[in-house]
This record gives sequence, C-alpha cells and structure tokens, in this order.
Amino acid sequence: MIGVQVPRETPVTTPPAAETESGPEPRVVVRDLNAWYGTHQAIARISLDIAAKHVTAIIGPSGCGKSTFIRCLNRMHEVTPTARAQGSVELDGVNIYAPAVDPVRVRRVVGMVFQKPNPFPMMTIFDNVVAGLLLNGQYRRGEIDTLAEQALRQAALWDEVKDVWKKASGASLSGGQQQRLCIARTLAVRPEIILMDEPCSALDPIATYRIEELIGQLKEEFTIAIVTHNMQQASRVSDYTAFMLAEEDRIGRLVEFGPTSKIFTNPTERRTEDYITGRFG
Amino acid sequence: MATTAPPAAVASLLLRAQPRDRGRQFADLVATGLVIVSAVVGVLVLVAILAYVAINGLPALNFAFFTERPLPPGEVGGGVAPAIVGTLMMLATAGLIGVPIGIGTAIYLAEYGRGGFARTVSFIVDLIAGLPSIVIGVFVWAWLVRSVVGHFNGLAGGVALAIVVIPIVTRTVEETLRLVPDPLREASLALGTPRWKTIMRIVLPTARAGIMTGVVLSLARAGGETAPLLLTALGNQFFSLDLLQPMAALPVQIYNYARAPYPDWQVKAWGGALILIVLIAALSGLSRWILTRRFGRT
Repeated sequence: MIGVQVPRETPVTTPPAAETESGPEPRVVVRDLNAWYGTHQAIARISLDIAAKHVTAIIGPSGCGKSTFIRCLNRMHEVTPTARAQGSVELDGVNIYAPAVDPVRVRRVVGMVFQKPNPFPMMTIFDNVVAGLLLNGQYRRGEIDTLAEQALRQAALWDEVKDVWKKASGASLSGGQQQRLCIARTLAVRPEIILMDEPCSALDPIATYRIEELIGQLKEEFTIAIVTHNMQQASRVSDYTAFMLAEEDRIGRLVEFGPTSKIFTNPTERRTEDYITGRFG
Repeated sequence: MATTAPPAAVASLLLRAQPRDRGRQFADLVATGLVIVSAVVGVLVLVAILAYVAINGLPALNFAFFTERPLPPGEVGGGVAPAIVGTLMMLATAGLIGVPIGIGTAIYLAEYGRGGFARTVSFIVDLIAGLPSIVIGVFVWAWLVRSVVGHFNGLAGGVALAIVVIPIVTRTVEETLRLVPDPLREASLALGTPRWKTIMRIVLPTARAGIMTGVVLSLARAGGETAPLLLTALGNQFFSLDLLQPMAALPVQIYNYARAPYPDWQVKAWGGALILIVLIAALSGLSRWILTRRFGRT
C-alpha cells in the first residue's frame, strides 16, 4: 500500500519514556492493545504510556489505526457495531477494560473531541456547554452558569459568545468556534484526560492556530492525547509522539514512540524517518 | 492561450449553434416541459378534489351540522356532531396505543436492532403496512367485538386504527432516526451519557420534526379509514362518549350518507368529506405550529 520498501520486522514497541528516563509519571498505561472491526484487525499489540499533564501526539498515514487507537482509550471504539478491543489500558492503575468497569464512567473521566465539530444543533451555546452536566446530573443548582462560563473561558470562546450564549444556536458559530464549543462541552464535565481525534482537520489555519494555542494552555491541567495527520502540528503541540504504521496486512502497529524532539530530529527507526521527511504517507 | 484556432474562429464557433447543440437544447426543453407538466397535473388533481369537495360540501355547513345528531331517514336537517366527536375519540385512542408502540419499534430498529430478530420485526412491520384495512377490521372484530366486548364498540375502532397507525409511525420515525448523524450520538456518549439517555435526550429531540410528521401522517391516514370502523365501531346515530358502545365516525357517516337516496343526505356526505379534510389539515397545521414554537424557544 505504501510506496516504499520497508524492511519487514517485528513491530517495535519502544520502551515508554517514563521507564527509560526519569520523565513525568504516566497517567495512562497501554499494554498489548488490539482492536478489530468485525474480523478485520485494525491495530495490534500497541503499548505506550501517556504522560500526565503533557501532550502525546499520535501520527501516521491514513488507515494506520491512529483514530481506532485513541477511541480505545475511552471505550468509544466499541460503540461502532461489530467493533471490539482487547488488551489493557490502565488509568491510574485501573484497567478500563476490566469487567467491573462501566464504559459510561470511563467516558466521564476521559473526554473526547472529534474530527468534525459536532455541537448539538437543536441546543443553544449554553445548552451545548452544559449538556454533559445536565445529561449526567453532575451539577448543583445555581452553579451551572458559573460552570458553563468557566468552561467557555477555558476553551477561549467566552469573549466571542458571552452576549449571545443563551440565545444563539451552537450551529450558528463558525467551524473553529464550534470546535472550541465542543472542547468547552468536554471540559465542563471535568475530565482528567482529553482525547482529540484530528481536531483541526476541518478548520482553517487561523482556527487551527487558536486550537493549538488552547491545547498548550489545557495541558497545564489536563492530560492530552491528540491524533493528527499534520506533522507540523504534532511537532508544535506535543511533548511525546507515537508513530503508527499499517503495512501490507493493513494492521496498524506502533513503530516508534518517544519525546517529540527526538522523533522529529533523530528517530531510531528508518520508517519513522521516511515518514517524517515526507518520503511516504 | 494556446488555442489552435485564431480567436475570431473560436468566437464564431461559440456563436454559431451546431446541429448537435440544437438536439441537446431540444431535449432539454422537452425534459423540462415534461417535469413541469407532471407537477402541474399532480397539483391540479389535488386542487380539483379540494375545490369539488368544497363546492359540494359548503352548502351543508351550518351551525346545526356541527352540533346536532343525524336525523332519521327522510327528515331534513340534523348534523354530524357524534361523528366528529367519535372520530376524534377513536383517533386519540389509536394515537395513545399506536404512537408509543410505533416509536418504540422505530427506536429498536434504528438504534439497537441487528441480526435476525430485527430483520423479522422489520419484515412484519412492512407486512402490517401492506395489510388491507378490511383485514385489520375483520381481525379486531373477531377479537374485541365478538370475543371480548360482545358488541360493536368505539374501543375496537380505536384499536383497529392503532394497527393502521403503528407501521406508518414505525417507518417514518425509523427513517428519521437514521438521518440523525452518528457524530451527535458519539458526542453524547463521549460525555459519559448512557445510551438510553443519548437516545431520549439527543437523538429523539433532534429528530422531533420527522417524528411529528410521522405521527400526523399516520393519524391523518387512520382518520380517513372506513372499512375497519364499519366492522368495529359500526357507527352510531346518537351522541355517545362511551368507548365500549358503538361509536360514530366521519368516514362511516360519509359512507352512510353518500349511498342514501335522499339529496339532503348526499349534500351532508360532501359536507362530512369537507370537514374531514379540514380536520386533517388542521392537525398537520397544529403540529407545524408546535414545532416552530418549540424551535423558537431560547
């Protein structure tokens, strides 16, 4: 599929950064994660650590399973009919795939921002932000306005919408504003970890810049994993980068994982270097 | 510009209509004409029905027509009040029974249904939708009229109409639910919302316009049904609010009036048809009004 000779090796699962260096503590520990759509295996044996209050980027060409991987981290993968996952994803030491774990609870702790902005069209901006709180009953009477404003401020959208937030529909905003609204909606339920699945791919450069800036602010408080097909974006926003690749068998594997600076300047793997330098993908 | 012909030649090429251009332009004209004619014919048929019913029915409309009960054969005057009330009551019964079952089935098919059981349910829904309404009438007669109650009654009429309502609601609502984009479901699920709440609070409200349309459409269809009511509710010359007694209905009343030899009754049949049309139009107008009001809310 990919027009380059790649030496067929067993997939390398690089020792996670936290184990090799005295890096930040890992918040999410993924071990031997496999995922399928029906009978087709989409990712195989992924192991990596996602560092607390840092940004981890997942890069790779289309079809390498990076979206599938990130959707496994809050059990959204299994929402797709016939999809299933197997392996261990430990969050603060608890495997979210353990039988006793309720996927609904996982998703309240691990929020997600999608590729295309998806505000609820029949709701106002305010209703969108507090949707998670209302749907889950996670609020006290009287504090909901404050929580909504806080989330909108954190998503850097407050100043643009404060005059109309209880009147205008979420769908009336521009694409970039809609995406920040979706981020605010995710922040409002106070997750610990935020997953972003190509959050800027539907946005123009200025809107993209604002989201990237926002990611830089959010990592002060949250642990972030972001899928992107834009390598410049990965190098700008992330602290760690994972490079995934699917070869002839169309099964996505982790090729290399490490600090972003190392992946982009001095990768260990030949295939990583080929991809980074634009020789394929 | 790397054109092979000098500019003047290109210009003349553009200006001079080629024979094949004329052919294409002619085909375009014919096709456009055909679709316009179809649209006009379709609308004309509808307008003709409305106008014909209105012209023939208007003379029947007076205060007594809406407030009085039908008079015995031969007497001039009276009205169809029991039929109006009966139709509304049986439609309400049909709605109360049929709409929840229809919406529930639609949710199952669109949101959960997979595999053999869902396919079977889907097939049976199609089957009921295609069932001649007289068959529904015979079935409900054997069940509720002959076995359970023992005589003709309005409840049986309502149940028969509910069976007419269920497949229509199921199909339209299912289609509407399938049109709700998956990213909305995912957005809600990713916030930690359970599946059932996502359906109740996100999917159904997003689809409410389509759901309303489906409900109104099905009730409009049921409101015009005559055959199942003849075998279940029968009709009633007297005013009755008792669902366990025979109950009058507009379509049955129209049927009885239309086949009578008395000119006064024939005019009343037209009048009944007119108010049936108005009733159904009002129902759909009401649903639209509710929709726009809900939508315009803060």
